[in-house]
Amino acid sequence: MIVVNLLFYLFSFIMIASAFMVILSRNPVHSVLFLILCFFNSAGIFLILGAEFLAFILVIVYVGAVAVLFLFVVMMLDVEFKSISSTVISYLPIGMTIGVIVLAELMLVLFTWKRDYSVTDNLSITSDKQYSNTEIIGLVLYTDNILFFQLAGLILLASMIGAIVLTVNHRPSAKRQDINKQVERDAENSIKNIDMKPGSGI
Amino acid sequence: MIAINNYLALASILFVIGIFGVFLNKKNIIIILMSIELMLLAVNINLVAFSTYLNDITGQVFSLLVLTVAAAEAAIGLAILVIYFRNKGSIAVEDITEMKG
Repeated sequence: MIVVNLLFYLFSFIMIASAFMVILSRNPVHSVLFLILCFFNSAGIFLILGAEFLAFILVIVYVGAVAVLFLFVVMMLDVEFKSISSTVISYLPIGMTIGVIVLAELMLVLFTWKRDYSVTDNLSITSDKQYSNTEIIGLVLYTDNILFFQLAGLILLASMIGAIVLTVNHRPSAKRQDINKQVERDAENSIKNIDMKPGSGI
Repeated sequence: MIAINNYLALASILFVIGIFGVFLNKKNIIIILMSIELMLLAVNINLVAFSTYLNDITGQVFSLLVLTVAAAEAAIGLAILVIYFRNKGSIAVEDITEMKG
């Protein structure tokens, strides 16, 4: 029990510290690496909460795909390493005001919130110990929430098409496949007989 | 079992750090996109914490959908960033003033 508590506080502390480093570090590559550290720690917190499937999805999808995508883009673009302190002063008052207001509101909600025990309608199968977390998610996701699952797939498809359309680069000099040209070709136009003398190239 | 207030406090601190990242950062947009990822992560922690404590799996399913949307958003945002950098040669936030916003 105490080990779980210690782990929770360790994960939370590293997570908050690395989140600060994400927004404060000079080098964007360091920011991405701290973001990866933050995702790993939140995966640990998900494991403490008993959501194993989401923890591993977080590591696989976020660290394996999204963070690596960020890393690619950071390394591909030539960004100068400017310290945040040079520009932070002018935006500090407005940012601090909004941040403090949001934090105060969240804390207000947090410390006055009470669980409504009358809301027990939809409490389903998580307490059922015969299934693992992944099986439970699968049982619900592919039956009750199939519409949301399909919509998520549609969103991913749309974003994939959007990213490709945005970044595709038509160079006129690049040789591309032209179907019409290929179909129009026949043997008379494309085969030539050349009378070569021995010992000379074309 | 750790009280749910701890998870909620963690998530709200992380969310506020994300807001700070969006507001205080004026050097490049990549950091702002990362701050948005941090905020979505905070939302996910909230969803999973409530899912566990209310003993309802729907929160985790919803968190999965949030992950999907976050991945799509990151892909589109980075694609826009790449073409912007290709056209303008800079992604500093101060330089992006075409819309006069």
